[in-house]
Amino acid sequence: MFKIVRREEMAQGTVILNEIEAPLIAKKANPGQFVILKAHEDGERIPLTMADTDPEKGTITIIYMVVGKSTAHFRDLAVGDAYQDVIGPLGKATHIENVGKVVCVGGGTGVAVLHPITRAMKAAGNDVTCIIGARTKELLILEEQMKSASHDLRICTDDGSYGRKGFVTEALKEVLDDETVNQVVAIGPVPMMKFVSKLTKEYKVPTMVSLNPIMVDGTGMCGGCRVTVGNKTRFACVDGPEFDGHLVDYDELMLRLQAYGKEEKECYEEYCTLRDA
Amino acid sequence: MAKRPGQKEKTPRQAMPEQPADVRKHNFEEVPTGYTIELAQAEASRCLQCKKPSCVAGCPVSVDIPGFISLITMGDFTGAIRNLWSKNALPAVCGRVCPQEIQCEGRCILARKGEAVAVGNLERFAADYERAYGSGALPPKAPATGKRVAVVGSGPSGLTVAGDLIAKGHEVTILEAFHKPGGVLVYGIPEFRLPKEIVAQEVNFLERQGVNLECNQVVGRTMTLDELFEQNFDAVYLGVGAGLPRFMNIPGENLIGILSANEYLTRANLMKAYKYPEVDTPIPIGKSVCVLGAGNVAMDAARTAMRLGADNVRIVYRRSEDEMPARKAEIHHAREEGIEFHLLTNPINYIGDEIGRLTGMECLKMELGEPDESGRRRPVPIEGSAFLIACDLVIVAVGSGANPLLTQSTPDLTLNQWGYISADPETGKTTKRGVWAGGDIVTGAATVILAMGAGRKAADSIHDYLTWGW
Ligand SMILES: Cc1cc2nc3c(=O)[nH]c(=O)nc-3n(C[C@H](O)[C@H](O)[C@H](O)COP(=O)(O)OP(=O)(O)OC[C@H]3O[C@@H](n4cnc5c(N)ncnc54)[C@H](O)[C@@H]3O)c2cc1C
Ligand code: SF4
Ligand code: FES
Repeated sequence: MFKIVRREEMAQGTVILNEIEAPLIAKKANPGQFVILKAHEDGERIPLTMADTDPEKGTITIIYMVVGKSTAHFRDLAVGDAYQDVIGPLGKATHIENVGKVVCVGGGTGVAVLHPITRAMKAAGNDVTCIIGARTKELLILEEQMKSASHDLRICTDDGSYGRKGFVTEALKEVLDDETVNQVVAIGPVPMMKFVSKLTKEYKVPTMVSLNPIMVDGTGMCGGCRVTVGNKTRFACVDGPEFDGHLVDYDELMLRLQAYGKEEKECYEEYCTLRDA
Repeated sequence: MAKRPGQKEKTPRQAMPEQPADVRKHNFEEVPTGYTIELAQAEASRCLQCKKPSCVAGCPVSVDIPGFISLITMGDFTGAIRNLWSKNALPAVCGRVCPQEIQCEGRCILARKGEAVAVGNLERFAADYERAYGSGALPPKAPATGKRVAVVGSGPSGLTVAGDLIAKGHEVTILEAFHKPGGVLVYGIPEFRLPKEIVAQEVNFLERQGVNLECNQVVGRTMTLDELFEQNFDAVYLGVGAGLPRFMNIPGENLIGILSANEYLTRANLMKAYKYPEVDTPIPIGKSVCVLGAGNVAMDAARTAMRLGADNVRIVYRRSEDEMPARKAEIHHAREEGIEFHLLTNPINYIGDEIGRLTGMECLKMELGEPDESGRRRPVPIEGSAFLIACDLVIVAVGSGANPLLTQSTPDLTLNQWGYISADPETGKTTKRGVWAGGDIVTGAATVILAMGAGRKAADSIHDYLTWGW
């Protein structure tokens, strides 16, 4: 059992933070790696990239958006409750190196995953600009943390309620026009990563993205997490989750994420009806 | 046949009672329901008690077949299970899943003239009887040696090693990547063929003997192999199976509706998705399903799809009937349940709609040509024979390879050209000091009994090492 020692709600309760006791994983994990969590006996195995780890305390932190039945179950866990299973650290760690100028671009809960990578990029001696975005001010997460993790934080909201109005790609374009950028890291919704990659390809700036396909085992034994990168099939759980953003087939990934769209929705609605009853 | 005076009335092979096909194809309960005492004793009485039993030579772990069968005839069922255990730690499993027709039963002298003694059914009977009525007493245990062994993977080979070494007085810890122990026995083989309760009881039996089981431990990620030695383990056994799904590598393979058998069966069995939405893990429900391949894995996937409500399920296989590698009983059961067999047929292309969902599969007809290196006649495509099969779910069951997760993080383990671990076939010793390996990760995907046999040899060798040195 993996006990929750801290729980916070963000973005008006749509995004939840859990700090979980998992000493072995905390000791081993590096930025960019993920865990698989299962709340209870009949639960689903859900992959989430770690937002933080504390090897001394023996904890890991995950931040997730409530999108379906399984994450709704997660939301109902209080401090003192436990996940039945947590497996990890899985996937390859981010390649961190001093390359000079790095821009980290995050959207939605992708910002949570971006945070430890940004911090590590800064610690490695890079000059780090960070651009984070959300639909509206209330949905923005980790502003303070991202500020201290980078040298320069820029904020975008789709509706202009905070920071600059518009998409992260527009803010990114400005940076790319102004300075020489050596590396971009983009983590967020698939369309965001797609358009960031399209832009940086024009500027020929190496871009790393972190993919979140549907997974089961997370150890390369099922192939459910297949993604096409550079016309080759790769298993995101072992070959990734990070890939060269310029080579990813985002359209295929978007379709594959919908594989259980109908079932997921039914199941979630049923869960809500039962819970509210 | 005219009966000679004084000759005993010949007892025919006792049929295994089972759920009728049209009932069982709608449920996940076990298909054969097991011999009664009467049936078991009638069947046991057919054994000729050969002086040089060739059945024993056919069994990879040399079960004393005439011995345990004669104990059943005498009504000493406890004696029968004791006898089985001395060679085979998991008789309830082997009785159900061994390919008996090419092992023990295939060698039975009665098989030459008629029907072999139903060794598998009897083995299952003895084990089930023990589970239902046995004392559950623990086997004797040697005094503690103070030596610690880590067993990586809880499939049949890992479980065998753990059982053997705990009895010899060593401290044993099993590290399993999944959240549940059992390996293929829980994630691959379906409930209707091997109830998960049986596997759970076997694991529980090991835990009661003192085996320490730790799930959610991915060796190579959560800790490396070398770190196990730093944690003061004296020896490590690797029984991590052949968990790497093979695909066809044909266009359209990433459409929604194409899954590896590993994924499909893991969802269905380990995650119990056949109970969805009662459980949280979904599984794609196909109306028109094709399963590629004709081994046990393919039969299991096809019969699962049928139970999940498919209108039609087809086995699509590029070779012919004779080459189908599945157990005879599985092919027979699949046919009875209405699975269609499209043999000498090879997919070349998947077709999907605008939202990325599978709608069909283009195939070629094949014919048998010259024998290949495996001695089987090579299937060759018939020109101009392309045709389309409309389908909304394809399950790819064309074999598996070596999963590199652990071996990549352990550079000093020697692998063979296919990525399997090189180990001495007699001892299971790898090229790394203190490390043994066995089962599918050494041989490639094989059978439960071979994985167990390898486990037993390795356990003996590990015990020698812990007693005398490398
Ligand atoms: C669907 C299906 C049906 C089959 N039907 C039959 C049949 O009817 N008869 C028969 O004889 N054989 C059958 N087989 C084959 C048989 O199941 C295997 O040969 C046998 O299970 C191999 O045993 P094993 O112990 O080597 O590995 P496995 O059973 O594969 O177990 C390996 C275990 O190791 C774990 N593991 C892997 N990597 C790691 C790691 N890095 N760290 C920790 N743990 C790890 C895995 O999660 C797994 O639990 C079937 C196989 C399948 C897939
Ligand atoms: S273990 Fe398998 S091969 Fe050996 S006697 Fe039993 S069923 Fe036959
Ligand atoms: S999640 Fe199963 S192979 Fe990646």
